Amino acid sequence: MIVAAALAILVAMSMAIVRALLGPTIYDRILAINLFGTKTVMLITLIAALAGRADYLDIALVYAMINFIAMIAVLKFFEYGSLGHAGSDGQGE
Amino acid sequence: MVLEHLIDISLLVFLAVISVALLRIKDLFAAVMIFGIYSLTSASLFMVLAAADVAFTEAAVGAGISTILMLATLSITGREEKTIERKFKLLPLLIVSITGAVLLYGIRDLPPFGDAGNPAQVHVAPRYIEQSPVETDVPNIVTSVLASYRGFDTLGEVVVIFTAGLGVALIIGRRRRLPSKKEASSHE
Repeated sequence: MIVAAALAILVAMSMAIVRALLGPTIYDRILAINLFGTKTVMLITLIAALAGRADYLDIALVYAMINFIAMIAVLKFFEYGSLGHAGSDGQGE
Repeated sequence: MVLEHLIDISLLVFLAVISVALLRIKDLFAAVMIFGIYSLTSASLFMVLAAADVAFTEAAVGAGISTILMLATLSITGREEKTIERKFKLLPLLIVSITGAVLLYGIRDLPPFGDAGNPAQVHVAPRYIEQSPVETDVPNIVTSVLASYRGFDTLGEVVVIFTAGLGVALIIGRRRRLPSKKEASSHE
């Protein structure tokens, strides 16, 4: 069972890499790195199960959060050209 | 055990493929994205080696902050790499080959990986393993070493990183603030 899961995750990771390398548009690559981050989280949970260490699961959670924040930062940067942009109506001022 | 080897080999192959692709790609935005994937892959590799703190730092700095910093640089410099004339040069190839051969030769003197009789395993590690739960009351041994036994060392590192961050914020932050002030006064 765990072998099937590992194989599935590794295949998905390699497919995400292929998409990131080929990807004709920017959004393909952004989506590929986001997918790869999610697969990293799953791989870490798998390693936790293999090594029998439940404390690795916390690290998988932190990875998920980092992935989310980094993706928001990348998208915001791509849209506005800076991270300090408050949006269209300037509520942050 | 076979499964762990499969994961190791797959991750290393990913690293090799991504490295070659990074060298050849011309679109710099794509290169930044692929560099993020490289960072996540090496973080997974550190995770396989049971170095959770290193993996965590790699993911936070490599995939998180570095990506943002490089994107910030790209917004100033532009997205296309300038094409340079590629010529075959013998001397760099020779130097790299010799260095690689010497490093491979040096590996032969290293003690076997994971051997219980290694110098790293018999020096202070037994004391940490036996005494750290009693002396520091921290369940994770690595955390007890970093935060308690080498507490002052870690404090020094944090001060260095804080100072570096402060310097970067003072250099980069100033330029961003000027337009927003003007904007605020124009709103008033």
